[in-house]
Amino acid sequence: MATQTPEIEILNQSTPTEPRHPWLEVLHGWVTTVDHKKIGLMYIGYALLFLVIAGVEALLMRVQLAIPNNTFVSPQVFNRLFTMHGTTMVFFVGMPILFGFGNYLIPLMIGARDMAFPRLNAFSFWISAFGGLLLYFSFLGGDGLYGAGNAPDVGWFAYAPLTSRVFSPGHSTDYWTLAVLLSGVGSVGTALNIIATAICMRCPGMKMSRLPLLVWLYIVTSGLALIIVSPLTAAQIMLMLDRYAGAHFFDTQAGGSAVLWMHFFWIFGHPEVYVLVLPAFAFANEIIPVFSRKAIFGYPAMVAASVGIGFISLSVWAHHMFTVGLGAGANTFFTLATMVIAVPTGIKIFNWLATLWGGRIHFTVAMMFAVGFLFQFLIAGLTGIMLSVSPLDWQLSGSYFVVAHFHYVLVGAILFMIFSAFYYWYPKMSGRMLSEKIGKWHFWLFLIGFHLTFDFMHVPGILGMPRRVYTYEADRGWMIWNVIVSSGAIFQTIGTLLFVYNMIRAYFKGPIAGADPWDAWTLEWATSSPPPDYNFETIPTIRSRRPLWDLKHPEDPDSNYEF
Amino acid sequence: MSQVTNIFAPAATPAHAIFHLSLLVLGITSCIFLVVSGLLLYALIRFRNRASATSDPQEPAQIYGSNQIELSWTVIPVLIVVMLFLATARIIFSTENAPKPSDALDITVIGHQFWWEYRYPKLGVVTANELHIPTGDAAHPIPSYLTMSSADTDHSFWVPRLAGKMDLIPNKINTMWIDPLEPGLFLGQCGQYCGTQHAKMLIRVYADRPAQFAAWVAHQLQPAAQDPAAAEGQAVFLRNACISCHTVAGTTAAGRFGPDLTHVGGRDTIASGSVPNTAANLRAFVDNPAHFKPGALMPEMHLNAHDLDAVAAYLTTLK
Ligand code: HEC
Ligand SMILES: [Cu+2]
Ligand SMILES: [Cu+2]
Repeated sequence: MATQTPEIEILNQSTPTEPRHPWLEVLHGWVTTVDHKKIGLMYIGYALLFLVIAGVEALLMRVQLAIPNNTFVSPQVFNRLFTMHGTTMVFFVGMPILFGFGNYLIPLMIGARDMAFPRLNAFSFWISAFGGLLLYFSFLGGDGLYGAGNAPDVGWFAYAPLTSRVFSPGHSTDYWTLAVLLSGVGSVGTALNIIATAICMRCPGMKMSRLPLLVWLYIVTSGLALIIVSPLTAAQIMLMLDRYAGAHFFDTQAGGSAVLWMHFFWIFGHPEVYVLVLPAFAFANEIIPVFSRKAIFGYPAMVAASVGIGFISLSVWAHHMFTVGLGAGANTFFTLATMVIAVPTGIKIFNWLATLWGGRIHFTVAMMFAVGFLFQFLIAGLTGIMLSVSPLDWQLSGSYFVVAHFHYVLVGAILFMIFSAFYYWYPKMSGRMLSEKIGKWHFWLFLIGFHLTFDFMHVPGILGMPRRVYTYEADRGWMIWNVIVSSGAIFQTIGTLLFVYNMIRAYFKGPIAGADPWDAWTLEWATSSPPPDYNFETIPTIRSRRPLWDLKHPEDPDSNYEF
Repeated sequence: MSQVTNIFAPAATPAHAIFHLSLLVLGITSCIFLVVSGLLLYALIRFRNRASATSDPQEPAQIYGSNQIELSWTVIPVLIVVMLFLATARIIFSTENAPKPSDALDITVIGHQFWWEYRYPKLGVVTANELHIPTGDAAHPIPSYLTMSSADTDHSFWVPRLAGKMDLIPNKINTMWIDPLEPGLFLGQCGQYCGTQHAKMLIRVYADRPAQFAAWVAHQLQPAAQDPAAAEGQAVFLRNACISCHTVAGTTAAGRFGPDLTHVGGRDTIASGSVPNTAANLRAFVDNPAHFKPGALMPEMHLNAHDLDAVAAYLTTLK
């Protein structure tokens, strides 16, 4: 596939040779950098570190739950594990890794030299990074003067009044609050930056209607993040006021409202799922067409569906509260709103299907993960429809069925697409190719592990097993399912280790990638791998959505078909 | 597959309604799954890059979209959503807004960190952890209305075979109803994370035949048994802090922080369903509640072995 047209070579003639730095220079370079590529890589590295930590937490929980009445960890430790696992995965793995890819790719894809606000970019990264450190510092500092147990144990959505000083003495909840708050500050900064970059930094010819879909989806994600982080931050401040200034927002002992916290949290929490999944869609929108060798089907509909999802997702939060007793009217409204999301989501799946249709599908590892994503996202969407049926949710809410459902989204869809993105863009970021052979092992092991764990996790939920239990009764018939679920974790662990090995190995001895190893069509492939600091020697001018297609097919350019 | 807490083994009207709705939902989602994944599979196999094709560097025909096709896969999902929504709305209203019969039994349920308090205001009965309700049948269901709140953190009352869950939230009053259609013991547990021992906040609902239920109520209304053989144990109980947390009707013990113990000896389990109610378990629990339930809010009472034996003996007499 790797045929290069002379035009592309002109674009990346210069690969600067840097003088060797002593390691302190290198470190200094990274810490003080405002280069979007370096910041993107730091985001990604930081997220991978936390992915491993939170993954280990998940493993420990699966050991504990493998058999009933296990005493591998104490109830207190178990409760900390699931709180830290959830908080870490959402705020310090999901957000940073997606922002990392966004940071790295958006300026390259729109033919810009950097983000709109490079210093804000660096600030956002470091403040989020500090939040993550603070969260884990709670293991040391959470005890406070009370000896009340260290890391937070209130669950990742930290329902009131469990977070009040009465039920959560010591400082563990304070660390949680501050960590989430700081991560929110970083998210707002990056979200603003992405929107500004995508709107103001486009190269000549790149009208909004020619923006790569990835960039469009990042605009929607960032817009959502901007809107929803505010209520979350407000709630964290209110919680701090409750805990230290005698306010009574959520303090039920003094007439506060537990339900108020739920509203605040889920107005953030539900759209947050979309903040995380839209970038996964964004990767799919780039990767599926390239390996099907076809343009994306229905570009305008894809943009419209994404924007639609963004808006609708702001009005469905109370489907997390169907069992709170909001009454039949509210439950009916939120049932409808939630079901409506299925329509734009369906459009996306069908458009990907139509993109595959009539193509010439190359099953590279990146594409295999994307195909896994398609099937798993379909299933996740369907279990989501089941849960939107509020009476069914009265049964399944807070059960292992829900845990299985959202892990289908977070792992089956998002993590699979993140892996896919690694296989696709690692060559651009490092200049070297990942091994497809190790990659296939990674894919199959992870796929088997994923399905062992998360397919069978639906069953104990149906059989009445609630989430967040440190152990369970032996006579409920849950053990066999938990054994299977736990065994899948082993495969996923091995798969992930292979992935890490693959990246390290490729960095040192992977084959040289060249500028455009996949014969792709967007601008990031028009510059060298890795790109020079300034990205492009001359700012490109484009005439269609697929500038490199136009270069490679001057006889039949995309620009002929744009409307 | 075990039946004890399976949502697909309904035994009361609300659980039945949900079960039937879930069959419809499962049917629709399975059809969607089969169609879409079938198409996906077909496309992946049919349009894979064949060996012969690699020699031919031509790209496949580029198709950018089609308004008709895209419209059709917008409209069909809309129709499915409308249908599903109407079916759902019917069950929401028939469950949540069901008219309450005048002879329905009223029960107040209060969630506590790691145990359940049950009060029957019209009957004057107070008990804990094991809920007794009368049983009807499909022709004459006897609903029990649960009015619920919490003394501390959020909890959720979930007995899958009887109904979906309903949260118990401090400062908020929720209601739900259950009408078991067959006698038996229905299990469940707290469905909302409420702290350290959320896992051992188990629920036991005994659906009794009406006559049996009446007998149970009559027995609960009796004051606590005064067995002279257990007088020493009673004395130990009454002179320790037990009385500030526990009630034993007819004595000075009137605490409400812990479960009512007036008829604790008549229950099948202790510590909210954690362990069977035997003399040995009672003794071990009073000695150190963390033995079965680390994190439970009853402190270690530091009784000596003699007093422990006496108190355990006393508790077993409180039938
Ligand atoms: C500080 C309050 C407190 C004191 C003092 C206290 N208890 Fe308890 N007790 C509790 C709580 C709370 C529970 C519920 C524990 C659970 O299941 O999570 C409980 C549970 C029990 C139970 C189990 C009841 C059931 O049905 O499950 C028994 C029996 C019991 N206590 C006996 C005693 C005795 C005997 C004493 C005195 C030696 C005593 N308690 C002192 C708070 C207290
Ligand atoms: Cu949601
Ligand atoms: Cu509870």
